[in-house]
Amino acid sequence: MNFRWEWEVFLRDTGGGQTYLEWLMSAWGWTLSVAACAWVVAFVLGSVVGTLRTTPNPWLVRLGNAWVELFRNIPLLVQIFLWYHVVPAMFPVLKSVPSFLLVVLALGFFTSSRVAEQVRAGIQSLSAGQRSAGLAMGLTLPQTYFYVLLPMAFRIVIPPLTSEAMNIIKNSSVAFAVSVAELTMFAMQAQEETSRGIEVYLAVTGLYMVTAMTINRGMAFVEQRVRVPGTIGGDR
Amino acid sequence: MGNLDLSFFTWDLVSKFLVKGFLFSIELTLVAMVGGIFLGTVLALMRLSSFKWLAYPAAVYVNTMRSIPLVMVILWFFLLIPFLTGRPLGAEWSAVITFTAFEAAYYSEIMRAGIQSVSRGQVGAGFALGLTYGQNMRLIVLPQAFRNMLPVLLTQTIILFQDTSLVYAIGAYDLLKGFETAGKNFNRPVEAYLLAAIVYFVICFSLSSVVKKLQAKIAIIR
Repeated sequence: MNFRWEWEVFLRDTGGGQTYLEWLMSAWGWTLSVAACAWVVAFVLGSVVGTLRTTPNPWLVRLGNAWVELFRNIPLLVQIFLWYHVVPAMFPVLKSVPSFLLVVLALGFFTSSRVAEQVRAGIQSLSAGQRSAGLAMGLTLPQTYFYVLLPMAFRIVIPPLTSEAMNIIKNSSVAFAVSVAELTMFAMQAQEETSRGIEVYLAVTGLYMVTAMTINRGMAFVEQRVRVPGTIGGDR
Repeated sequence: MGNLDLSFFTWDLVSKFLVKGFLFSIELTLVAMVGGIFLGTVLALMRLSSFKWLAYPAAVYVNTMRSIPLVMVILWFFLLIPFLTGRPLGAEWSAVITFTAFEAAYYSEIMRAGIQSVSRGQVGAGFALGLTYGQNMRLIVLPQAFRNMLPVLLTQTIILFQDTSLVYAIGAYDLLKGFETAGKNFNRPVEAYLLAAIVYFVICFSLSSVVKKLQAKIAIIR
């Protein structure tokens, strides 16, 4: 086996007026934007659905549970195909929507079920006295959620949400299947075009790891800032 | 909305396109589960070992695998195996090796938590009875760890089953590919993907209901 590194491959021209390095960077940008947009969708929807599952209304709870089961029990890749092929066929309005947006929705809805699980667990980990105290003070149920339960719950669920945020970076790789020009798509195409698979894959893998690490550190900082005083994690 | 035509979905189609893919998905899941739990247990024992030269490589392996997207791992193995062995390997075999190696990292984290959940007194009692390390692990610690972690191991297996659809990246013929091929052949991609989603949902939903029941049943009363 005689293998020689050939990192110069990244300086080669792709034939489209840019180097592979430039393409790699733009692919990284796509990965980051898919993940970031999907995270916003997942966080908003997941928070709402997770909260619904802790309300006293059984129909809202059922709705929340059905949501979570639906989006958790279908593989992400199949969900992406659903958004890409099936949803536009059923709602022709969506025919002209770019695949970037469809992937964001698919990944966002998929992750929302996981966020909902965490948010629900966070709210349920609070002692029942908190809810009763809020209601006894004369707050309405929504007020109790906004001023008492949710501010506590969100601070508790930061660690599991951190791993979900790191997962969404990893899961955004599935967008290759509908030709979004993100890192994995770049890896496959650049490998094919240059035959320098090892260098290409190493660069892509490295960028994925750097991104995940950055999120991890960033969230650790946030976690430290919003720590709940008086809890085990809050001492210091 | 409407104009779905499911009439193309016949027994002929199932036997021609789907059975092969379904069997491969199941085979891949089962092999990766058994292999992954075995390797994962070894990795967990290594990580919990007091020998640094055992603990460190295991930690690096597990953390690396867990920080890379599965699709990239699939691509890596598909590229590297022929490169290292010098001859090409089919997508299916490559997938089996990849999933076993990849899932081992996730199973090892579960097994590590399981082993750590066994109380210290159990280990101490084992040693006091004169059991060796190996006997202690085999007879005392691991059986309890497996029992405690069985629901989590099975939940991970359901995730593994969902993840097998990602062999799409290297073109292996699995359940999803079966549906896709059928959809292309009959020019009915919309219905094919919809059916694929329903089949995956039914399988995963029923399995996770079973796991939930099991969890309630085997919970150890302390």
